[in-house]
Amino acid sequence: MTAELTPAIQLQQLRYAWPQQPSLLDITALTVQRGERVFLHGPSGSGKSTLLGLLGGVLQAASGSVSVLGQNFTALSAAQRDHYRAAHIGFIFQQFNLLPYLPVIDNVLLPLRFSAERRLRVGTDERALVVEARRLLAELGLSAAIQQQSSVMALSHGQQQRVAAARALIGRPGLLIADEPTSALDADAREAFLQLLMNECRAAGTTLVFVSHDRSLGALFDRQLSLQELNAVNA
Amino acid sequence: MIILRLSWLSLWNRRGTVLLTALGIAVSVMLLAGVNKIRTDMRTGFANTISDADLIVGARSGPVNLLLYSVFRLGDATANVSWSTYRKVAAHPQVAWTIPLALGDSHRGYRVLGTSEDYFAHYRYAGDRPLVLGQGRIFQGLSEAVLGAEVAEALGYKPGQSITLSHGVGEGSFNEHAAHPVIVTGILKRTGTPADRTVHVSLQTLEALHDAAGADLTPESLTAFIVGLRDRTATFQIQRDINEYRGEALLAILPGVALQQLWEVAGVAESALLVVAAFVVFAGLLGLLTALLTSLNERRREMAILRSVGARPQQVFALLMSEAALIGLIGAVLGLAALHGGLALAAGWLEARFGVYLLGNGLTAFELITGCAVVFAALFVGAIPGWRAYRHTLADGLTLRV
Ligand SMILES: Nc1ncnc2c1ncn2[C@@H]1O[C@H](COP(=O)(O)OP(=O)(O)O)[C@@H](O)[C@H]1O
Ligand SMILES: [Mg+2]
Repeated sequence: MTAELTPAIQLQQLRYAWPQQPSLLDITALTVQRGERVFLHGPSGSGKSTLLGLLGGVLQAASGSVSVLGQNFTALSAAQRDHYRAAHIGFIFQQFNLLPYLPVIDNVLLPLRFSAERRLRVGTDERALVVEARRLLAELGLSAAIQQQSSVMALSHGQQQRVAAARALIGRPGLLIADEPTSALDADAREAFLQLLMNECRAAGTTLVFVSHDRSLGALFDRQLSLQELNAVNA
Repeated sequence: MIILRLSWLSLWNRRGTVLLTALGIAVSVMLLAGVNKIRTDMRTGFANTISDADLIVGARSGPVNLLLYSVFRLGDATANVSWSTYRKVAAHPQVAWTIPLALGDSHRGYRVLGTSEDYFAHYRYAGDRPLVLGQGRIFQGLSEAVLGAEVAEALGYKPGQSITLSHGVGEGSFNEHAAHPVIVTGILKRTGTPADRTVHVSLQTLEALHDAAGADLTPESLTAFIVGLRDRTATFQIQRDINEYRGEALLAILPGVALQQLWEVAGVAESALLVVAAFVVFAGLLGLLTALLTSLNERRREMAILRSVGARPQQVFALLMSEAALIGLIGAVLGLAALHGGLALAAGWLEARFGVYLLGNGLTAFELITGCAVVFAALFVGAIPGWRAYRHTLADGLTLRV
């Protein structure tokens, strides 16, 4: 399939500004290959999260093009981008990733509720979905007792981040976007979490874009990018 | 559908505040439906209390007043009709039958009605239903009484029971007729009319109580009497004749017409109550709006999560709409349930105090419509926070700055 040959991410002449704000991003070109694990760093406020919003199709570029997994977002309507995100992209944020009113398992299954395509990649019946959620949670080091938890509020922050990782990974999305997921973890937990995440991505062939302002983690990745160097606005 | 499930779980998670909001709506629905229920049941109940009677005759007062004290046993007569006048009317060739009514005594809070056998023969209610005995027989001789179903049930009386009557009405009446006990001979079946709450005795029995010395038991006067005519077309003629009778100041009314006048008076108060109740519903919905709007800011995170897993902004909008509708639904269901529970408990009191007989305890069309309207209104109200959440999600993207 030709789609397999296209890069995971391709940005060209990308410009973005928040409403009533000066231009924030101006990226001439950026390509991330499939399966690549990329570390993106930059000081806080430099526009990292904004860039991830553009990659996820939540935000729309003012000009230029964003292609993810061979799909050009500029050609899609907002609803189509939402649909595409649900099917192909997993997200992990810094904190408060989980819906407080859903049990652990239901939090993990959430993306499958919004995309039939992604659900079918896991299985056709509810049992298969739960089995896959449990498998991911177990691989991320969460015990059966924690998997059964009816309230995510009872979990530690590190455990919550693992649940969020399982949610981002379920249904094998082509792209996983992690926005400072380790910034609120202590050093040991940070390392362990990162290793697990990398392993899962490698196993599933998922492209990973990992954002942090903490450059010490960068060495673990295939490639390190500095947003400030990419971004013509700061230059 | 995932959105409905999410909204339900999210509400369950916030059940404390959600319940309070729903209670606000429940109270308002209960009030509105309650006012209407009592209003319609009162109307039907009153309309069903007397059928087949052409005229009611009493001393001259207001038509509504006469109707209330003679038929509904609400309030008291200011003056009586003399026995001789009653006999004159009863002897009129056009008059087929009459039912004499003598009120003024009571038994443990229940009204005593002095009347004749004609009461049991000619009184009709709810269309053309006659009074039917459940036990025993009607009174024949002196010192016998026939009880309404409610009286017998509440006081646990059976035929053969000896009771004493008191002069005057109301709970505090003195037991002045202790020397003349009367025996219960029969108990009527339930009618849903004031007859259920009445102790029926003959006019002679009453006379004997009040005038023990006299050998002549012919009453001197009546409170009112009901007239049935041979020919309905003569009604207005007879009514005019009675109203213009020179021997005594009388008033003859057509029960239907007097009832109509009563509703005209009551209608104003009813409408006012309904309007007030409708405003309370409005206030309940405002409470819902406030609750949803205030919760919105702390839920921006939640919306961003939903966006990240693929929810469209329209789905975020729908989430808030369905939350509002669910709260409306809970409120409506609670309100109607509480109303029917409350009415079941208050039925006896409403009967005793206001002569309102509740007609069954099923959902009425009005209640169903009110319930649905409240849910739809809540849905509309939900559009406001829904719209704001929609704007938020578009403005925030995924970069929620906390
Ligand atoms: N939802 C938003 N609305 C308006 N401005 C925003 C929004 N999110 C971020 N910004 C602005 O964009 C700039 C970059 O923010 P962000 O992308 O969050 O940076 P980073 O993730 O690198 O810290 C900041 O100046 C911030 O104020
Ligand atoms: Mg950020």
